[in-house]
Amino acid sequence: MVYFEIQLIAVVVVAACAIPGTFLILRQMSMMTDAISHTVLLGIVLAFFVTHDLGSPLLIAGAALMGLFTVYFTEVLNRTKQMSEDSAIGIVFPFLFSIAILLISMLAKNVHLDTRCVLLGELIFAPSQRLVVDGADLGPRALYTMGFILLLNIGFVVIFFKELKLTTFDENLAVALGFSPVIMHYALMSIVSITAVGAFEAVGSVLVIAFMIGPAATAYLLTKDIKKLLILSVLIGAANAIAGFWLAMWIDVSISGMMAVVTGLSFGLVFVFGKDNGLVAIARRRRQQAKEFADLTMLFHIFRHENSPRAEIENGIATISKHLNWKETKIEARAADLIGRGFLVKENKKLILTEAGQSFLALSRSKERAHGFHFRNLLRKIAFVPTHLTSLKKTVPRNVGKLSV
Amino acid sequence: MNVFSDYTTQIVALGAMLLGISAGMLGSFVVLKKEALVGDAISHSALPGICLAFMAFGAKDTNLFLFGAVAAGLLSIFVVKTVVKYSKIKFDSALAIILSSFFGLGLVLMTYIQRIPNSNQAGMEKFIFGQASTMLKREVYELLAVGVVLIILIILFWKELKLYVFNPEYADSLGFSTRKISFLLSAMTVLAVVAGLQTVGVILMSAMLVSPAVGARQWTDRLSIMVLLAGIFGGLSGLIGTLISSSVRNMPTGPAIVLVLSIFVLISLVFAPNRGLLWRQIRHYQNVKSIGRDKVLMNLYYLSRQHENEHAHAIEAICMSCDKKIEKQYRQILEKLVEMGYAAQAQKDCYVITTEGRNHLTENGLIKEANYGLL
Amino acid sequence: MKKEENYIINVEDMTVAYHVKPVLWDVDFHVPEGVLMAVVGPNGAGKSTLIKAMLGLLKPVSGTALFWGKPYQTQRKRIGYVPQRGSVDWDFPTTVLDVVCMGRYGAAGWIKRIGKAEKKMALEALDKVGMLEFKNRQISQLSGGQQQRVFLARALVQDAEIYFMDEPFQGVDARTEKAVIDILKALRDTGKTVVVVHHDLQTVPEYFDWVTLLNTQLIASGPTAEVFTEENLKKTYRTSGEAIKE
Repeated sequence: MVYFEIQLIAVVVVAACAIPGTFLILRQMSMMTDAISHTVLLGIVLAFFVTHDLGSPLLIAGAALMGLFTVYFTEVLNRTKQMSEDSAIGIVFPFLFSIAILLISMLAKNVHLDTRCVLLGELIFAPSQRLVVDGADLGPRALYTMGFILLLNIGFVVIFFKELKLTTFDENLAVALGFSPVIMHYALMSIVSITAVGAFEAVGSVLVIAFMIGPAATAYLLTKDIKKLLILSVLIGAANAIAGFWLAMWIDVSISGMMAVVTGLSFGLVFVFGKDNGLVAIARRRRQQAKEFADLTMLFHIFRHENSPRAEIENGIATISKHLNWKETKIEARAADLIGRGFLVKENKKLILTEAGQSFLALSRSKERAHGFHFRNLLRKIAFVPTHLTSLKKTVPRNVGKLSV
Repeated sequence: MNVFSDYTTQIVALGAMLLGISAGMLGSFVVLKKEALVGDAISHSALPGICLAFMAFGAKDTNLFLFGAVAAGLLSIFVVKTVVKYSKIKFDSALAIILSSFFGLGLVLMTYIQRIPNSNQAGMEKFIFGQASTMLKREVYELLAVGVVLIILIILFWKELKLYVFNPEYADSLGFSTRKISFLLSAMTVLAVVAGLQTVGVILMSAMLVSPAVGARQWTDRLSIMVLLAGIFGGLSGLIGTLISSSVRNMPTGPAIVLVLSIFVLISLVFAPNRGLLWRQIRHYQNVKSIGRDKVLMNLYYLSRQHENEHAHAIEAICMSCDKKIEKQYRQILEKLVEMGYAAQAQKDCYVITTEGRNHLTENGLIKEANYGLL
Repeated sequence: MKKEENYIINVEDMTVAYHVKPVLWDVDFHVPEGVLMAVVGPNGAGKSTLIKAMLGLLKPVSGTALFWGKPYQTQRKRIGYVPQRGSVDWDFPTTVLDVVCMGRYGAAGWIKRIGKAEKKMALEALDKVGMLEFKNRQISQLSGGQQQRVFLARALVQDAEIYFMDEPFQGVDARTEKAVIDILKALRDTGKTVVVVHHDLQTVPEYFDWVTLLNTQLIASGPTAEVFTEENLKKTYRTSGEAIKE
């Protein structure tokens, strides 16, 4: 039962984190989670000095406010235009975190505010705090807090989906249409803060970063559609959490740590072996494209020099390698391929374009110009070259990190 | 207890100072390269390296921990750069993922080590949270060695580092391989971060790298002075932070150092000449004022052009208003103009533009606009 | 039959591609010594790419660029490069003089520092571009035109025989444009060769005596009077690549 509860909590936490995380990576603000997940400690400490009660909900409010303050503080430094945004983050969070550590170690030594626990967190303790109403045990408290935060996040994204999308991808258009990017920015960062506070109580601050950014980034390698991205990142996150849990149980190590490791591993797997954009696929495709393009390059070279007085040298079987600056072996392989396809013939010690070769070249040239990427589809039909076109069209979302009021 | 004569405090202060100097100097390049948060990623990523070194060699030699940390730090930078190069994942996201998963691995390994009977992992915990107060003489020597190596490298490769950070493409065209320089800078950063872990811990180490550089940038427009100043800021923060923390009960050293650093940054941001916020505010105010003066002078010039003989004009004519308050403002400005020699007072509340005033307008390219009419 | 001995830059069959999208396709041209040459073509024609590939900053799919018959890597010290102004962070903490001194770094090589003689060269170069009074200015306090002059001065101290300039007239004032072109003409008159990526068609005949027209493929290359014709320009600026069917 405890096992089940831990996994359930982890899945709820990861879902709650992945949703705002998706927008963070699109807005290039990933490292803000690093900052917030550390500075909320100061919020908790300050709120504790007010309430003197570690169970008070004010602690969460204080922490969330501190998260927002971190964002605001970074923005203020950033707006002075004296430093880049990452420098601002690099100054703000160690500063606030230092204050928190100092306050704890000097004034609250005897209180159970263990910095070690806060930073590293341990999921295994999460189910031990129960929600008890009228003596009835309703389940782990973290499940309810995080469940509430999850619903809040889903509600936020559903209600403001259009605004979020618009302010993320085209800030200027958003302004023109009357949506304030600044308001959306702070709304999103409030959500991030609240989520980070809730999550870090349950899983520790480093896992918060892993949960927010890891699944979303992994999903981003697989799709560009925001809706799919959101769903996929929640699914990937849940899978990471469950796999991390069982691995940790199996070799008896830190659950939070193992979940972070699995998050990194799953990202690495997709990064290396992803179907269209993985390293392996890219390498294979590049190799294929290089051959394909080398063929075209050679045809074009031969075509251009065919009727020139220097054709003997430029297109000579013995001399062409020098002109293209290719190795003999490469020339031989490409020439053999092209002759095999009926585009080239050897004649008088030089290479000559056949009619098929000429029309193939002309076709690919004009298609390349007129229709851009479409021509590769055509190539595939003619030349049986398997190609993946998706990688070429890069849709990179704009950075909206810099908001000016 | 006199902290200044206390042997332990002297050791710690010296170590913290050395760390501050080398991290600050190196941080200048990192910050200018706009990779400020790299230090944060390295410091988190060092943990699994330390754990693996511990598992492989035991607690006998902490130098081997350093070796493991350096290897893991270098690996993390390499992975981050590879991810950025070969996918659409941006630098910040790559940092966040590598940082958290490496640190997670560190946690996993730590809990694994804890189960090994008789293992003494106290030396290892030191790396996560930093415990300057237990610094040994030997560690100070380590910091000294790292500091000297870093400073020598900075001096040796000064022009290469500068060229690489400022204009990498040009560096390549001159035959300085940016790949080599980039690796050099990464390796130096890893070395500085790893050396500092024992003193200030994983989380605060990035501040040691970033803050002195940002503070120093405010005071100067020369790279050499910036690097020197950053070293001084870092060193002073280390020294002062240690002294404060050892004279106040229960005050940990790392956070104390970071607080002192933050104060340096704050002072630099606000008070530094030229780039400081206060300075810029004053200059803004002066600009507004001088624009106001020019406006009045242009009006004087326009009025003088309207009449054959250049007689003086009453203040009401100059400011086109009967509002007493505005009139008072104009009188002040006109008096200032008289003081500067750009205008002359004919009689009470009557002013005329002088030749100097006309020259001033010409020099500032305002003469043409002054012909269009009253402003 | 061309007499290749007279050319000091020989680009042969240069193809550069982004994956399979050709940016430059089998471009070859030759530049004689002592000319001021413009590389002209529409946006995305591969002008900057051509220069970068020639200088080994990009790896071409095929082809070679030879300077005095040898690859760039061995002739580095005889060739100067002026990158686009936008390629650097002008808020970098350094002075005008310091940037110009960077031009001597290549001659100094790794680790070795530059000395007084180099500084003197830098000051002379600054004087030549009319920026001597700004020598101690921080580079962020310069206007676009002044930044371009600093870059030009940096190339001048390289004391090269061939200069490559990437869009030197982009966003500069008329005075700077005039000053820069005067310096380039003076360089040519002392026998140096200058290659400039250029945008403004109108000024080509006035400024340059040699032109290379480029639109992914080479359209034409040669003396301005022969090459800079309406017909060639039409070919260069035609959007669909029909050039192959000629």
